[in-house]
Amino acid sequence: MPQSISITVTVNEREYKRAVEPRLLLSDFLRHELGLTGTHVGCEHGVCGACTILFESESARSCLMFAVQADGHNITTVEGLVPSSSSSHLRTEGASEGSLHPLQQAFWEAHGLQCGYCTPGILMTLIPFLKQTPNPSEEEIRHALSGNLCRCTGYQHIVDAVKLAAEKMK
Amino acid sequence: MKPAPFEYYAPDSIEQALDFMSQYAGEAKILAGGQSLVPAMNFRIVQPSVLIDLNRVAGLGQVREEASTLRIGAMTRERELEFNPLISKWAPLLVEAAPHIAHPQIRNRGTIGGSIVNADPAAELPVLMLALRARLKAKNVSGERWVEAQDFFMGMFTTALEPDEILVEIELTASPPRTGWSFMEVAPRAGDYALMGVAALVTLDQTGKYEQAKLVYLNAGDGPVEAKEAEKLLIGEPMSEHLIESTASKASETEINPFGNIHTSPEFQRHLANVLTKKALQQATQRAEEFL
Repeated sequence: MPQSISITVTVNEREYKRAVEPRLLLSDFLRHELGLTGTHVGCEHGVCGACTILFESESARSCLMFAVQADGHNITTVEGLVPSSSSSHLRTEGASEGSLHPLQQAFWEAHGLQCGYCTPGILMTLIPFLKQTPNPSEEEIRHALSGNLCRCTGYQHIVDAVKLAAEKMK
Repeated sequence: MKPAPFEYYAPDSIEQALDFMSQYAGEAKILAGGQSLVPAMNFRIVQPSVLIDLNRVAGLGQVREEASTLRIGAMTRERELEFNPLISKWAPLLVEAAPHIAHPQIRNRGTIGGSIVNADPAAELPVLMLALRARLKAKNVSGERWVEAQDFFMGMFTTALEPDEILVEIELTASPPRTGWSFMEVAPRAGDYALMGVAALVTLDQTGKYEQAKLVYLNAGDGPVEAKEAEKLLIGEPMSEHLIESTASKASETEINPFGNIHTSPEFQRHLANVLTKKALQQATQRAEEFL
């Protein structure tokens, strides 16, 4: 019998209790156990950045953590960016249910995505980055994005979207 | 891929963690930041039967001044090197090098102790430990011991730690007055493994001659590689273009032993080492001269 460990994890301000096998990756826990499929899985070895989430408000690769490690912790996934019926701590002025976070809106307007596979990871990387760097230079933006692979856009429109988002979020 | 099954323990004290290590010595792996271990487990290159998670052990992630030393807990996240004022006060070399360690998302989780114990020849922290003459504290159930950084790294992914020991703390002493530093590396893209990198730490005497020097390289052999002969060329001499040239040649041609990889030939790595040594030595020396 594999070991089974009971965990309580807060994801997007909602508390979940589950029993998990220790080897279950946090990325798979979010997708398969909680049905939060916005967190994408690309490489599963920490290179592509598609699975980036916020762990205690800091960006982290969810494929490089085990679900058991999240016991008692707070996680935000891309689903948590959009205000739901319960209030979200990331809710920003003027955003209402069904609308987009200003960062998402900027990606929409500046064509910051094509297939969209890498987008959730990029958004979750940028949330703490823009908090820390509200007026980023292009060089800082490109450096911040260096841990997220996008094979469609060539990054130029992503950089444009980040600049636009920084304007919107001022 | 997914990791093979393992038993998982998350002790909340170091004593409990050491008990587990003594019980499972040899089969257990320590889970620190997991940024190297978990990928290796996902690939099933590593299949530990027991994982001992240190993330819930209290007090292992503190950075504090004690007597005339800086103590860095082994579970301190790499990201903290960039922002902790104590680090910039005691070891600006670490602040300069930290942004080169992978990506911010990785540094948020990756730990200083984890990278040191992993002893990847391409990693920055083992090189920095050697350059800063760090002392490393290891514990097991029967006690603790200090190991000098120069005795700690034994080769490719190999350290002086015994199977039942845990690295708990890193100790740095203050650099002497008139010390300058520099860290430089060349990587294909920001955050990638560097093709070559060097940490330089130099101390000048009151007349501006080199009194002490450290030149340590990454991806230049089967561990962090110190160019001891090149360092000796500097001692007692004032900086000159000729001296920097000959030091860089010595280090890059005869002291490092790069293997090359899919991205680079050993010859190109030696070329990079030569160029980086000159640049880093110049910068470190200039910084030291500001204290004259």
